[in-house]
Amino acid sequence: MNRRNFVAAAAKTVAAAGMAALLAGTALAADTIKLGAVAPKTGPLAGGSTVTHWPSIQLWVKQTNDKGGLKLKDGQKMIELIEYDDKTDPGEHIKAVQRAITQDEVDFLIAPYGTGFNVAVAPIYAKYGYPQIAVTSISDLIGELTERYPGLFFTLGDTTSFVNGVKDILVKMRDDGVIGNKVAMVNVADAFGIELAEVARPVFTEAGFDIVYDKSYPLGTPDLSPVVKGAKAANPDAFVAWSYPPDTFAITEQAAIENLDVKAFYTAVATAFPAYGGKFGSKINGVLGAGGVNPDTPAIAEYRKAHKDIMGQEPDYWASANTYASMQILGQAIEAVGSTDREAVTQYLKENEFDTIMGPIAFDEQVSNRFWTVGQWQDGVFRGVASSNIDGAVPVIAKSGWE
Amino acid sequence: MDIIISGLLLGGTYALMAMGLNLQYGVARIMNLANGEMLVLGALAAFTFYVSVQLSPLLTMFIVAPAAFLLNWLIYRFLLRPLVRRAKNQGQLEVDSILATFGMSFALVGVMVSIQGGYFTYSFLADPFSILGTTVALNRLIAFILAVIIGLALYLWLHHSRPGMAVRAVAVSSDASKLVGINVSRVSALAFALGGAITAVGGTLISTFITLDASIGVIFTMKALIIVIMGGVGDIRGAIIAAAILGLVETAVASLIDPGLTLAAAYLIFLLVLLFRPQGLFGRRAT
Repeated sequence: MNRRNFVAAAAKTVAAAGMAALLAGTALAADTIKLGAVAPKTGPLAGGSTVTHWPSIQLWVKQTNDKGGLKLKDGQKMIELIEYDDKTDPGEHIKAVQRAITQDEVDFLIAPYGTGFNVAVAPIYAKYGYPQIAVTSISDLIGELTERYPGLFFTLGDTTSFVNGVKDILVKMRDDGVIGNKVAMVNVADAFGIELAEVARPVFTEAGFDIVYDKSYPLGTPDLSPVVKGAKAANPDAFVAWSYPPDTFAITEQAAIENLDVKAFYTAVATAFPAYGGKFGSKINGVLGAGGVNPDTPAIAEYRKAHKDIMGQEPDYWASANTYASMQILGQAIEAVGSTDREAVTQYLKENEFDTIMGPIAFDEQVSNRFWTVGQWQDGVFRGVASSNIDGAVPVIAKSGWE
Repeated sequence: MDIIISGLLLGGTYALMAMGLNLQYGVARIMNLANGEMLVLGALAAFTFYVSVQLSPLLTMFIVAPAAFLLNWLIYRFLLRPLVRRAKNQGQLEVDSILATFGMSFALVGVMVSIQGGYFTYSFLADPFSILGTTVALNRLIAFILAVIIGLALYLWLHHSRPGMAVRAVAVSSDASKLVGINVSRVSALAFALGGAITAVGGTLISTFITLDASIGVIFTMKALIIVIMGGVGDIRGAIIAAAILGLVETAVASLIDPGLTLAAAYLIFLLVLLFRPQGLFGRRAT
């Protein structure tokens, strides 16, 4: 066989094999439900999404497939999860969503990670009629957004309830005589931090608190010691930081070094990460933070164990559980409708109650009002101390030093 | 006093980020956009060894340095030398090396994400330490001291040894260096590898007090670039002084005016240097 013949023969073989694979793919596709997931695996938000977002989705898909898949009218179907990395870039994200819809022809999409991304993709989801059960998305525009996009659901609360959770805890500690009136507040100068600080200013002032230090710092500031020193110099009774993951770690470390000795110390996102507990150990006993869970309920305990055993890492103490619950909700709605009719599934989501690891969840005007707002590290576990409509909050304790 | 000490410590951190790039760009003429990723790789090693076998980052450093030296030497030898050979002039080499190392940065991010997708965070010597009445973090202080040692050693080596002189000669003019019998290609490889090793060690030290993740490298590349350009390409003193100035100014602005303005202040100085001394503080005017 000369070279030209060989090449031609090889090309034919490859083409035939490719065709066979393609046919097999189509045959398989009819028996599966395709779920598309687009979220960061690299880029600035990847550190958070690889803790909170991806593992819970993958865990649910694996567990559901291990049971044989989702039960539809025409038989039980396995789930095929199609994952895309959006590189934390909105442009990439939208391209990937469009690809998932038009090329992969996914049956359903899993809502993205992060407030900005959820808001950014809502028009595309709406255009193609995909329901969007947003989890890691907190905003005060929820009412406006749900009105505009009939398939958009929220499960983690709005900015005001998030801030009110913190205020209620501080008021309670003041009423108990644990802290006084002086609050030092800092925020990361990014959409989320700025919105929280803007909502918090009037809320804290109306509750009778005196904001003695109020500064913002740019995202990615390498040295936060001037911020912590400034807050300490204002001699506050409580310290609140509307912070993001890298600075949550940095502020806490500086506070311990500067011995910012307040009875109430709050940092926002990432306080609920297992890595936070792993890094600081017993130093952070009494630290307050965004989120919380009640790890003692059997459903949550079972979920946490499975997450650790199957995914090889611990879930966080906040939105991990909400993310898993959102998958349960989607799965139950698809099974109840019995097909991949997206319109019927969206309608079913609006009208029914779902049994999740966080208890029963139903949507009122496309918003679930069951979520945790504030948690606290108590003896190595980050427990919920304030919530909206969830039982099991534990009493808040005063922080005593950094040892 | 507070501001001076905190500012100098921050300057030390910046120097760790920038000294390596200065060598790579100044001598080997490679505008290495994967510089930040190399730094994060050093941090990942520190994190992994600390979490798995409780190895102190101060010891990990001695593993990271030779490993990074070797890795960077191989990168230069097999990925970048073809570009150097092909380039007709320095401009073309810069464009080619920017593209090549930009691509490399994605590959490195991918490798690191597959190892550890979350945050590299651990506590090492996060204890208060008092100097002249100012409380500083011990891990920052140690990183600063090591930055000073590395900077000083590098300076002495460059200015008081024969290989150092060869490196400086290549930085001034690679063509003229060839004429006096310097093996430019070897010296460039040496400078690139040494630069990579310094950057990776910097990452190991920085990881003790800054929480990093696999994708954060680009932020360090940017900062290093600013410092190198401010200080003057190819002069180690420039990078160190620019780093110290940046650290002091940022800390002063954060303490006296507003922490929100640190970035603005940093870019303002950068702008001023570019306007009034475009070749950098210690740079030579292009002829």
